[in-house]
Amino acid sequence: MYDKRAGMPTVDLTIRNGNLVDPANGINAVTDLHIGDGMIKAIGLPPSDHSPERIVDAENQYVFPGIVDLCTRLREPGEEYKATILSETRAACSGGITSMVCPPDTFPIIDTPAMAHMVQNRAQAAGFASVHPLGALTIGLRGEQLTDMATLADAGCIGVSNALVSVENSLLMRRAMQYASTYDIPVFLTPKDSWLQGNGVVHEGRISTRLGLPAIPEAAETVGVARDLALVETSGATAHIAMVSCRRSVDKIRAAQNRNIPVTASASINHLLCTEDNIGEFDAQYKVIPPLRTESDRQGLIAGIVDGHVAVICSDHQPHGADAKLAPFSEAAIGIAGIDTLLTLAYTLVRDGIIDLETVISAMTDNPARIAGLDCGKLNSGSPADLCIFDPDKPWQLNEQTMQSQGRNSPWYGTDLVGKVTMTLKRGEIVYET
Amino acid sequence: MRTALDIDAAIERMVSYIRTENIPEPLLIGIHTGGVLVAEVLHRKTGITEPLGTLDISFYRDDFGRVGLNPQVRASHLPVSVEDRNIFLVDDVLYTGRTIRAALNEIFSYGRPARVILGVLVKRTGRELPIQPDFTGMELELAPDQQARITIEASSLAINIAEIPG
Amino acid sequence: MSAQPSRSIQFDDQGNLRHFLTIDALPAETLVQILDTAESFIDFGLREIRKMPLLRGKTVVNLFFEPSTRTRTTFEIAAKRLSADVINMSATRMSTTKGESILDTVRTLEAMHTDLFVVRDHASGTPHLIADHLPSHVRVINAGDGRHAHPTQAMLDMFTIRQKKDDFSRLRVAIVGDILHSRVARSQIHALSILGAREIRVIGPRTLIPTDIQSMGVNATTDMTDGLDDIDVIIMLRIQRERMDGQLIPSEQEFFNRYGLTEEKLRFARPDAIVMHPGPINRGLEIASSVADSSRSVILNQVTNGIAVRMSIMARIMGGSGR
Repeated sequence: MYDKRAGMPTVDLTIRNGNLVDPANGINAVTDLHIGDGMIKAIGLPPSDHSPERIVDAENQYVFPGIVDLCTRLREPGEEYKATILSETRAACSGGITSMVCPPDTFPIIDTPAMAHMVQNRAQAAGFASVHPLGALTIGLRGEQLTDMATLADAGCIGVSNALVSVENSLLMRRAMQYASTYDIPVFLTPKDSWLQGNGVVHEGRISTRLGLPAIPEAAETVGVARDLALVETSGATAHIAMVSCRRSVDKIRAAQNRNIPVTASASINHLLCTEDNIGEFDAQYKVIPPLRTESDRQGLIAGIVDGHVAVICSDHQPHGADAKLAPFSEAAIGIAGIDTLLTLAYTLVRDGIIDLETVISAMTDNPARIAGLDCGKLNSGSPADLCIFDPDKPWQLNEQTMQSQGRNSPWYGTDLVGKVTMTLKRGEIVYET
Repeated sequence: MRTALDIDAAIERMVSYIRTENIPEPLLIGIHTGGVLVAEVLHRKTGITEPLGTLDISFYRDDFGRVGLNPQVRASHLPVSVEDRNIFLVDDVLYTGRTIRAALNEIFSYGRPARVILGVLVKRTGRELPIQPDFTGMELELAPDQQARITIEASSLAINIAEIPG
Repeated sequence: MSAQPSRSIQFDDQGNLRHFLTIDALPAETLVQILDTAESFIDFGLREIRKMPLLRGKTVVNLFFEPSTRTRTTFEIAAKRLSADVINMSATRMSTTKGESILDTVRTLEAMHTDLFVVRDHASGTPHLIADHLPSHVRVINAGDGRHAHPTQAMLDMFTIRQKKDDFSRLRVAIVGDILHSRVARSQIHALSILGAREIRVIGPRTLIPTDIQSMGVNATTDMTDGLDDIDVIIMLRIQRERMDGQLIPSEQEFFNRYGLTEEKLRFARPDAIVMHPGPINRGLEIASSVADSSRSVILNQVTNGIAVRMSIMARIMGGSGR
């Protein structure tokens, strides 16, 4: 059932005249990139022994490091009817993503080394983007007992996380952080107070009031952020707060970072582009958790990206089948399938002059790579050639033909977009080409 | 097109018919909106003592499924029970006959009258149902693309004949 | 590059009202037409034959996922007076069941040539969902969805207010009690606001007033003395006893003391103020019996008007629905 693509011979090639953007190395220039044996051999002048089998003309296009997406759900194991590791790693490559971090809330849950190995092996066998699991913070994500974190880390987990399940017991959370820090394992947090969150499905504000939908107050997140920051500060853990949704969370994180607390944060592209108002009359395509909040919150997240205190933009990819949203709003499935559109949508922030190009690319390449402890997200000579070529002016439509993810749940489905990846390389292999 | 039609003579013809029939305590019912205008004049001139009834037949029309409801629907107002009564039903223009069909249905939803006598100010060509008036003010031959409407101008009735565009 | 915001599906391409899902964003003209049309039906119940042929040959399905004998019965009578065939479906569904089963149910009924669905559900937005997935000739009326909307109730309330107080632009209206969970209050606020009420106030403890309610154009207050000052219409909302588990209000007694409408509190309002309640009443919880049964109360008028207003709404949306 898997494309046995691993080990396919790589092609030595030269990408010419592309605008190479590599924030980690401070490069933003039109130049040539030379690839051989799956590695980046040189930038600018070709090495003397370089004899490319293929020359790719990237004039008027960008060459970016392969995107590192810190939050993607692949639905395998457990929900293969929605998507599979093969379908989603391949789809990721069509969006320029070459490395994916997946939360542990698969079925079964990634709380054993066997599960961690399985996910990585299947991704490797598929031969597209690499998959780097987060191990469960607690067994079964039940918030009761710690997992064998060190063993999970040895099995390739780049961190531990309780996914979307709140760890209500603060003592246990403190011990989890202390234990993880013993082995320098980063803790990925999605802070929230589950009582305040309740059965809410939208931001508590004018939309919840108008539509009469159960609401999630901002405090559901900020109370969680405040608690977790206090615990991070005193436990010695290195923490990543995944996908904050409100301005006050960013303020708290910024203040913590200014006190040198080792915490980083990410925002999903959905929260950078949309607000509660997009829900309109019960449009369940915009149902995400944490919920889309106000324009002020959106601006707060953008400010966090601009000043670097929110270092990462991720897709928060959650593929579902076509019928998952065909329910009353409060019962519709949560999430947006976002790997096809992450880079296209993020680039709109650049095109609209909201965030500069280097910051956006950094937030999707070297910053997430560093947080996940991965040696990628940059175009160093001698590194595996993970990169994508992006045509910023290419128009396309997200539809049945173009959407590579098996998910169909996107508010952008059926809409016209501008900016498309034209080629993606993973370890020097061409894993996507239009 | 404005025509110099003799409305006064037409009304007099109708008044004369009602008087001649000499029905004891008849009810007079006009159909909205032109029929009510005519009925008001007849009511005044004939001296019928029972209060005037008005019908808005919107809910009984047969084209509801195709064109829907008129935005302005008025309440039908029959101040006296129709049960076993003699009724002069008055409309302005008799054309296809569908309005009269609807009006009869509506009257019968109020009760069973003894007799219904139909009077129209203008009997025009174009019947689609087997309905004919008992008395008439005037007769006009109009093409299918022509429309006759009764209006009030300077407190007296007028007939407007217009081409229906398209 | 954000996707287009979804537009109201209540109107067809020609601007005709197709569904009646919410009062939010309807033009005043539409509301006035509904109220005017309802006038035509108000003494229809006195006729010899209480049937008019408007919906003859049409099939109306009362699809109630949440039980309500009162509301269902008024819709049934309204539809039958318009000569429709009425089928009552009291379906139960678990909130955890996949939504597809709702649409499956609806599509099955639609395949049997249903022309109008009257939908009630515990989840906000279900009638929208259904309306969005039916062929264009099939209509949907919202008979109450979650906390979102109960537009036919609000229209019969407006009809009742108009009977007693002719000009909305002079009216100050207070809505009292559990605003947070009330679909009736939300629809009333929209209707009053569209019809140009001079002021809309909501009164209740902060636990029962939703965040940002001011964004709906109302003033919120927590005190009955100030709140009822100069008020022409008092709308008391029903307190759902099962919701009052000691977390939103401490006790029924304390709620009644603060917000229950008694003759004493009624004196704060204008001397000709009328008292309304969507029913059924919890006597001694939100309203004292002496007020509910007084000459100021129009609660029974509301019940009577329910049929005429629902006939009017059906007549308004079913026009031109021939296949």
